[in-house]
Amino acid sequence: MFNNFFHKLASPKHFYRIAGNLIPWLAGACLLLVLAGLYYGLLVAPADYQQGDSYRIMFIHVPAAWMSLFIYVVMAVAGAIGLIWRMKLAEVMLISSAPIGASFTFLALVTGSIWGKPMWGTWWVWDARLTSELILLFLYLGVIALHSAIDDRRIAARAVAILALVGVINVPIIHYSVEWWNTLHQGPTVTKFDKPSIHLSMLIPLLLMAVAFKLYYAFVVLMRARCEVLERERNAGWVRELAEEK
Amino acid sequence: MNLTEFLHMGGYGFYVWTSYGISLLVLLVNIIVPARQKTKLLADIARKARRARSTS
Repeated sequence: MFNNFFHKLASPKHFYRIAGNLIPWLAGACLLLVLAGLYYGLLVAPADYQQGDSYRIMFIHVPAAWMSLFIYVVMAVAGAIGLIWRMKLAEVMLISSAPIGASFTFLALVTGSIWGKPMWGTWWVWDARLTSELILLFLYLGVIALHSAIDDRRIAARAVAILALVGVINVPIIHYSVEWWNTLHQGPTVTKFDKPSIHLSMLIPLLLMAVAFKLYYAFVVLMRARCEVLERERNAGWVRELAEEK
Repeated sequence: MNLTEFLHMGGYGFYVWTSYGISLLVLLVNIIVPARQKTKLLADIARKARRARSTS
């Protein structure tokens, strides 16, 4: 049964339909979690004893930064699958992820900058964490630009898969940058091996927003992937039927 | 806590609300763009299919 399910999922027609059914559920769950996260983050959690209320930027800054890394890893894995097994759906997921990853990277940089101004006294420093995250943004933009520069979609997909795979070396550099180099940026408070050094009242909204952002990525990437499938299959009979039904 | 206090954010209102505002904007644009693209694509495909039928 499972085999059959995955086989069906790999066919563009079924993927288009299944994705279309999933999107409203994922979007609804995302909205609920965002509202809960905002409620706990902006109204329930107390002000920080050092940073006052400015730390509330963390509830979007940190999940956005996590997503910027997560989506890049997804792209690299999709790239590898696309290169090895020539799976079209992996190519579609790779290129559909890039604009969303770029958006989260942009948000991590911008909210970090806005948070840095009152806390560090500067919008920007050329330290390891900020610079490597900026390089991540350029990698995402590079993937988008490379894909749109090549007309043949299969060749374009192979080219961006290689770029995504080479660029994945930047992901551990970003993650460990705060430990390897001296920096203004604070070290990890959640993803370390001993107990997280963050109070539960702040951890709850942070995790709610983190899961909400994951769901957001899930439904938006499916929306983009459906467009990419339509574009690639525009000459197929089922796409024409679908288009003429509307 | 009243609304003014909430919006004031202990003096960090500008920074907090700018961050949340930009994020909301970027996240909404990412939803609107593929939604509109899908509508446009389907209309375009339907138009070309009709034209192909009428010429043949």
